[in-house]
Amino acid sequence: MENSNQPIVTIRNLTKSYRRGIQVIPVLEHINFDIPEGEFLALMGPSGSGKSTLLNLIAGIDKTDTGTIMVGGLDITSMTETELARWRATNVGFIFQFYNLIPVLTAFENVELPLLLTWLSRKERRDHVEMALQMVGLADRMDHYPSQLSGGQQQRVAIARAIVTDPTLLVADEPTGDLDRISAEEILELMARLNREFGKTIIMVTHDPHAAERAHIIRKLEKGILNAHSQTHL
Amino acid sequence: MHILKLIFRNALRHKLRTALTILGITIAILAFGILRTLVNAWYSGVEASSSTRLISRNSISLVFSLPLSYKEKIRQIPGVKGVSYAIWFNGTYISEKNFIPNFAVEPKTFLELYPEYLLPEDRKTAFIRDRKSAIAGRKVAERFQWKVGDTIILKGTIFPGTWEFVLRGIYYGAERSADETQLFFHWNYLNERLKKTTPRRADQTGVYIIGIDDPDQAAEISEAIDKTFKNSLAETLTETEKAFQMSFVTMTQAIVTVIQFVSFLVIIIIMAVVANTMAMTARERIGEYAIMKTLGFGGWHIAILILGESLIITITGCVFGIILTFPTAEYFGKTMGSFFPVFSVSVITIFLDIAAAFFVGLLAAVFPTWRAVRIQIADGLRRIG
Repeated sequence: MENSNQPIVTIRNLTKSYRRGIQVIPVLEHINFDIPEGEFLALMGPSGSGKSTLLNLIAGIDKTDTGTIMVGGLDITSMTETELARWRATNVGFIFQFYNLIPVLTAFENVELPLLLTWLSRKERRDHVEMALQMVGLADRMDHYPSQLSGGQQQRVAIARAIVTDPTLLVADEPTGDLDRISAEEILELMARLNREFGKTIIMVTHDPHAAERAHIIRKLEKGILNAHSQTHL
Repeated sequence: MHILKLIFRNALRHKLRTALTILGITIAILAFGILRTLVNAWYSGVEASSSTRLISRNSISLVFSLPLSYKEKIRQIPGVKGVSYAIWFNGTYISEKNFIPNFAVEPKTFLELYPEYLLPEDRKTAFIRDRKSAIAGRKVAERFQWKVGDTIILKGTIFPGTWEFVLRGIYYGAERSADETQLFFHWNYLNERLKKTTPRRADQTGVYIIGIDDPDQAAEISEAIDKTFKNSLAETLTETEKAFQMSFVTMTQAIVTVIQFVSFLVIIIIMAVVANTMAMTARERIGEYAIMKTLGFGGWHIAILILGESLIITITGCVFGIILTFPTAEYFGKTMGSFFPVFSVSVITIFLDIAAAFFVGLLAAVFPTWRAVRIQIADGLRRIG
């Protein structure tokens, strides 16, 4: 699928700091950048560089100090907690390093979880979940609990959960960080396919240069400052 | 998949912890139920008392008697429907451990004033006719396997000697609150022997039981009775039967207060146990709650998960506790029947059990819910891994 040049994410003058007692620790300083729709972007940088914080801010799970973040034309920095929760439920899919599946729910139920917040009927939910699990190649494991699945399979369930609501933006924080090489390769291929075939905009935080190679653009963060140059792999 | 399913599965995640918490609640509800029943049993005499009966006793103390000659004078007071009299006998059956409340009464008038003691008409007649006869309550007859026609021998304590009675009837309580553990015999039988052995104690009674038509006139009639015997050698103190029974409870009020205090203490202790369980549970799942929030679930969804789990645990314990309360109360009732004639679990006690379980379930979840709802997603996610 062709990438349009319209930015889906527009970040202007973003700063973020954390407080540790009376000490203020700056994490991100004056970040400005755009992410075009349908892009596959990798954010790299050493530990503590602020890449996960930036990802969290774009995904609307953390608050900025100053600056604006526009996602799909909406200023998410001015939204309330409730508005953000509603926005996240329909617009953002999350993939985490440790999969973060609910252990007492089956693969099917884990994927169904975000759909409980929609008005879909039970049958419609079932159809969506089965389609998502089919897409990640786990249709035959839908009744398995996370503990009965390998790490790679759990991450694929997590991806199915991320895409089941058909969000425009997928954010992934070290999605291959807890996987062996083969499983990591499968996950990266799956993400690349979601970007290529379904036009999902993906922002991926990674340490792994090999994983970053899968992205179209690599941006590097160092000490809270975004590198002006970006590497491009097309 | 519904939220309820998730709540149930969460509750069963740590099976041993959940089972032990449920066991704790079961024991607490059982203890609470039994203690409340005990308090109710303490007040059973007050509950069973009639508003149309007055009790007149010696104003100095119940230990002092009243002359039999007062009977006719009381009967003439306007508003009085009937008069009977009784005296506490305190006879021992075989040994002191077999405590039976026993009274010498004037049979005909006594049974007229206590219609809640049900006795077949022929048994009633047999009792009234035979001066050496007695009647016993169902519970005491069952306890000692007495049958009509049996000879019962009591050893006198206040009135020394061996006292022989023929059991002419077994009465049943018309209501659940009626005392079925007592034994009644003829005052005349007692009086005749007293005339021979200790004449100065003869022609005396412990209390007068006065039947009235209108409970609203109880105060005026009581005043009139006491006024009649003012400045006599044995002045009277007349009060409603309820007030009379209450005076016995008041003597032991401190014990009742302690029992009530302990019953509520049990609930507070179990609340701390459940709160600890829920705090551990919520702390362990902070990461999961953060994930759910990330997916778009609101604070109230998280609150429902924690509150729901807490309530499932407490209500399950409550159900087991209530189920166990009935046989336990029955056992207590049987073993302590002579001290607590009525020992049955009331509907109010069951409602209190349920209310306590809800209260504990909700309150124990408040703090963990507050923490889980307030946690920032980014902070919650940092705790995973």
